Amino acid sequence: MAVSDTPRLVAHDIRHAYRGRVVLQGAGLTLRPGEVVALLGANGAGKSTLLRILLGLLRPTAGQVTLSGIPLAGYPRRRLAGLIAYVPQVHSTPFPYTVRQIVGMGRLPASGLFAAPSADDRTAVEQAIERLGIAHLADTPYTEISGGERQLALIARALAQGSRLLVMDEPASGLDYGNQIALLALLRSLAVDGYGILKTTHHPDHVLAGADRVALLRDGRIVADGKPAEVLTGQRLSELYGVAVAPVRLPDGRLIVAPRLPEEDR
Amino acid sequence: MPAWLRLGPALLLGVAAAMLAALCVGRYPLPLADILRFLGAAAGLWEMPTREFDTLFNLIVRIRLPRVLAAVLVGMSLATAGAAFQGVFRNPLVSPGLLGVLAGAAFGAALGIVLDLPWAMVQLLAFLMGVAAVTVGVGIATLFGNGSVIMMVLGGVISGALFTSLLSMVKYVADPYNQLPAIVHWLMGSLALADLDQIGVLIIPIGIGVTLLCTLGRALDALTMGDDEARALGMPVQALRILIVALATLISALTVSLAGIIGWVGLIVPHIARLLVGPGNAALLPTSAALGAGFLLAADGISRTVATTEIPIGIVTELIGVIAFVLVLGRVRKGWL
Repeated sequence: MAVSDTPRLVAHDIRHAYRGRVVLQGAGLTLRPGEVVALLGANGAGKSTLLRILLGLLRPTAGQVTLSGIPLAGYPRRRLAGLIAYVPQVHSTPFPYTVRQIVGMGRLPASGLFAAPSADDRTAVEQAIERLGIAHLADTPYTEISGGERQLALIARALAQGSRLLVMDEPASGLDYGNQIALLALLRSLAVDGYGILKTTHHPDHVLAGADRVALLRDGRIVADGKPAEVLTGQRLSELYGVAVAPVRLPDGRLIVAPRLPEEDR
Repeated sequence: MPAWLRLGPALLLGVAAAMLAALCVGRYPLPLADILRFLGAAAGLWEMPTREFDTLFNLIVRIRLPRVLAAVLVGMSLATAGAAFQGVFRNPLVSPGLLGVLAGAAFGAALGIVLDLPWAMVQLLAFLMGVAAVTVGVGIATLFGNGSVIMMVLGGVISGALFTSLLSMVKYVADPYNQLPAIVHWLMGSLALADLDQIGVLIIPIGIGVTLLCTLGRALDALTMGDDEARALGMPVQALRILIVALATLISALTVSLAGIIGWVGLIVPHIARLLVGPGNAALLPTSAALGAGFLLAADGISRTVATTEIPIGIVTELIGVIAFVLVLGRVRKGWL
């Protein structure tokens, strides 16, 4: 589905407190079509909260999020759903919807509350299923496929939604190693197609291998934002996670992050 | 074309066939041919001896038709409400009584019986108290938890407990020779008191409620994915949830006022429907409605024929429901629940 303008999602100095506890205290972030942006942070750093605020699911205590220069609050819910899609962490559903039904839910913002799916809707669903290479699973219940396949179904739903910006909550969680790498390749190819992808992750290696930009969230603040190779220094990573860790340069120039266990110091 | 319209003709035909079959069944079994001959004569298509016509009119229209229509209305309301509740609460083991509508209605009816109110007032009180109980439950949820699903369930538990204890109090003070048996009998559910005038009134709100719920099927699919996802899919989650709960409560409370408490329909029928058409609510809700009608017609047929005196239909639905549920249990492990 073609979108003419280039929507830009910007978080301006977001502050948020929940029941007196400060979760975010000055978080700024930008997402443009055509790039993969990773959000890295320890547990409890405020990643999920920031994600929900960026999606317009949560109103921040202070600061605001704009899309193409207009505050999110200025968009009707349905219109916003056509511009930003949410890809949740892989989950199960209480009912055994088929993969096609799950992807079909992505057409709800386009068709509205009461309408039945149109021919256009059906085409968009089939295209999204095709793009993700899960046509053979289309009629299989979502509850009976693997975590990796579920993640693909959820991404297909986001594509069917027609939004250019995709916000993903730990897309690699619950996936085996092979599927994690396949996911990185998929996100890269989606960015090449013009999608803007923001994802939270717990893997610095995934950031080095597959992200154009990385933002580090620590204690509710974005402490660094830039190219992964420049941002992910040993000192920053060690501070972020409270463990001794450093990137290592491979002979071919790529960086990987190697953890060091306390015993090895002896 | 919406799924409920596409499925509509087949479902309506099925219900019509079940209604014809139900008209045949009873203490005096009627051949289907007699019913069709009567219907043709009533429509002016052909002649029929007056005496035979009068006999059939009495049996079919006066005695059996009200029950048959009541069974259809009650069955489709409870089954549709059950499927809608299971979606809203994202739990396939939920029944329409979850938010306290049955407890409230039971208290209302019992109170009416103890106060010696006319029957129509007893029914009205049952309806109002059913709605009141859900309002209390949802009110508690809104007050303490922003109306989240888990708070609604807890609110329903509290409200149900409150109205159940009120019911016990009314039973305690009821006259044990006349009023108490009337209350107990009403609590077992019965279609025997249905009359055509009342059905003519109830058919309108029930028809509107069931139809509206059926049109909300796709939106309900999104709701079952959880609040954040549904919102990100453009759904006005809170308003939608209140609307669906309100519609389901309205039609359940109306059935209680018509036929007392008939259990298990709202729990078991959506499961059977899900086995047939899958979990997509656009198809599931109308299929549940039709199957609910058929289920209650069958249960009423049994309650009228197995013994010389009528067995309360609530007992029959519970017995069938338990057996059906055991059969459906085999599917649980396959993820159909």
